[in-house]
Amino acid sequence: MSVTQLLSLSSVSKEFPGVKALDKVHFDLNEGEVHAIVGENGAGKSTLMKILSGIYKKDSGEIIYRGKSVSIPNPHEAQKLGISIIHQELNLMPHLTVAQNIYIGREDRRIGKVFIDNAKLNNNVLQLLKELDLNLDPKAIVGELSIAKQQMVEIAKAVSYRGSVIIMDEPTSSLTPTETESLFKIIRNLKASGKGVVYISHRLEELAKITDRITVLRDGEYVKTLITNQSSIPEVISLMVGRKVDQDQRPTSRNVSSETVLKVEGISDRNLLRDISFELRKGEILGFAGLMGAGRTELARTIIGADPKTAGKIYLHGKAVNIKQPSDAVASGIGYLSEDRKRFGLLLIQDITFNIILSSIPKFSKLGWLKIRPAGGVARDAISQLKVRTPSENQFVKNLSGGNQQKVVVGKWLTRNCDVLIFDEPTRGIDVGAKDEIYRLLTKLSEEGKSIIMISSELPEILRMSDRIAVMCNGRLTGILENKDASQEKIIEYATKFSDNSVVAH
Amino acid sequence: MAENKSSNKVSAFVRREIGRVAALASLVVIFIFFAIMRPVFASWDNVSGGILMSTTVIGLLAIGVTFVIITAGIDLSVGTSMTLVAVIVGKTVMAFDLSVWSGILLGMLVGASLGAINGILITMLRLPPFIATLATMKGAQGLALIVSDMKPVLFATDVEGWDQIAQGNIIPNFPNGALILFVAAIVGSIILNKTVLGRYTFAIGSNPEATKLSGVKVNRWLIAIYALCGVYVGLAAVVLTSRLGSAQPDLGLGYELEAIAAVIIGGTSLFGGKGTIGGTIIGALIMSVLINGLRILELQQEWQYVVVGVVILLAVYGDNLRRRRAGDTTV
Repeated sequence: MSVTQLLSLSSVSKEFPGVKALDKVHFDLNEGEVHAIVGENGAGKSTLMKILSGIYKKDSGEIIYRGKSVSIPNPHEAQKLGISIIHQELNLMPHLTVAQNIYIGREDRRIGKVFIDNAKLNNNVLQLLKELDLNLDPKAIVGELSIAKQQMVEIAKAVSYRGSVIIMDEPTSSLTPTETESLFKIIRNLKASGKGVVYISHRLEELAKITDRITVLRDGEYVKTLITNQSSIPEVISLMVGRKVDQDQRPTSRNVSSETVLKVEGISDRNLLRDISFELRKGEILGFAGLMGAGRTELARTIIGADPKTAGKIYLHGKAVNIKQPSDAVASGIGYLSEDRKRFGLLLIQDITFNIILSSIPKFSKLGWLKIRPAGGVARDAISQLKVRTPSENQFVKNLSGGNQQKVVVGKWLTRNCDVLIFDEPTRGIDVGAKDEIYRLLTKLSEEGKSIIMISSELPEILRMSDRIAVMCNGRLTGILENKDASQEKIIEYATKFSDNSVVAH
Repeated sequence: MAENKSSNKVSAFVRREIGRVAALASLVVIFIFFAIMRPVFASWDNVSGGILMSTTVIGLLAIGVTFVIITAGIDLSVGTSMTLVAVIVGKTVMAFDLSVWSGILLGMLVGASLGAINGILITMLRLPPFIATLATMKGAQGLALIVSDMKPVLFATDVEGWDQIAQGNIIPNFPNGALILFVAAIVGSIILNKTVLGRYTFAIGSNPEATKLSGVKVNRWLIAIYALCGVYVGLAAVVLTSRLGSAQPDLGLGYELEAIAAVIIGGTSLFGGKGTIGGTIIGALIMSVLINGLRILELQQEWQYVVVGVVILLAVYGDNLRRRRAGDTTV
């Protein structure tokens, strides 16, 4: 069987002011192949994709597409060549139908090219969906579909251009295991029909299941291309970070003090949370596990007063506190680090110093006057303590990688000197190496006497970090396990205690 | 290492200030153009009496609006609020025989209250700033007519020294109105850059949700920011009555758009989180220099409007281009 090469990049480089984002990178893709690009944040994956899809222009190097040297000056040209990209953040119009989204800008017209031929549109889409074996209604409103279905719409849209290269950026980041399986089925169909798929993912376990080859990038440089069934996850990880990383770990048994710092008693909210009680001890990491929609983020937001509670009390150091809005929580020393850092954690268009002092501005001011000089010093200390990779404290936060942005958020709460820190998915979207740093940081914080609630959907992470593990299901707390008694199986058992149908009022 | 750091600082400074530098350069170019075309344009009489004096009212309003726009808000009510403040101050000063200083203070207080009402509507009722201030714009317009009984309030000549607020010369040959504008701009710039209020103005404009979750009482600060904008509106009202010698109940509508234009020409982002008072003053000056110069060139009024429209487009387009080149996608 001969292999036809679709795409080949050689010595592609791209520089941004002060950063060499890509340095002589190689990559190639064959027909009917799924080729993964992996690397830590900042390794150059997104830059490479953006060059392929015409969003950025390469500084040097060559792109060969179907045997011809091409330039890709803009996204439209990429599409014309047959390169489609499915971004991590889906780009769909929520109020339009599936069919309208797929053919937006390319609708068939009738009667003097004024009116859109809806019947033909829906028919075409139906054909397309059948071809891809996707179970979707062309007339369904996209905003009412699940994320997984919306992603199918994106895939159908990409295929509708009849291109031969489809780039998928973190396609499984918001999918459940079942949904991921059906995505893989679709990808296998695409493969069978001769398309080439560029697959980008942080979830390394997936690579073995779906990819044929894996190209590793590190710090903008090409490291190596592996053949998937001749390599292992630890090998990929060590290539990504340039050293060996342990996979399955448990915390060394630690002496957590018996002093209760935070006590939550009978919290409920209007929609989901029912009568949740737990205690958090000084220097403890309390993991919160559960399926998506179990109510963990809602619980965190209710505790800090971002969303209203309908019942329940919160005690800090034995005293009842009345938390009605986030500023009350911050004043009591509770900091919340959202899973969506960009939306709920950072001022992206401001510099690191500004972000670090944001929750402590009263500390850096006197009678309404800012004391800017000490703020810069504190920011520099935080940068070196947390090992934020940045040229200076004046760097805009939007120019930092995900891991470094997360460290800035942590720096903000450390500067505020909070006793209780609620981390919601602290390593989401962060690469393996930076993850390790975040884990070390959490451990260090707890050893310094901070009490930490860590919400996470990754069970290995929960088991690795938590002293105790609280498991939620359908808005209830179904169990709190000591780490030594916990296992992935046990957590899942508690996390599925009430399946949707068997919830009984009591 | 140290060298690297200082070059970083320099490049950061250039990046931060390039908008203002460009605006200032265009102001100078426009000025020189008119001065060459008509030497009388550059005479101190024209500069102080013509350009600076006509910048004062719009400039004061624009300083206030700058704060609001940096929060990613908008205040459409500043024009008619100024009118309402003017007639209230006029009536009150006459009724209670107030001094100049009490009159000025009263104007700033009434302005602050009107601004606070905007802030309360936006935060407590969660109205979009555009809608809330559109409503108060119409409300203030009506109230100004009601309070004044639709007649000009002729009070300024009865109060000793009222005309001197704008037209006197504490500094010889330099009108007080312009002095007030520059002092108010410096104070505004200090508030924006050196105080907690200013810092929260930028924070709210950059990301209100993250600011709130960081423990900042966003609503309270927003009300304070709109009230501060109102203080500048009050000051503008006082200066306007001093120049005109009376409070005119039908004058003020339309000033809000001139003020917003000055802010935008000065490089403040309508999307919030970025902006300077210095830029705003330059923006206001560019507009008055243009209007004044075009008038001296005897260009018809209707064409003056067209030119100002084109300048607004060019200013914002130029700003976009610069930012895009600097790799800044957040307009």
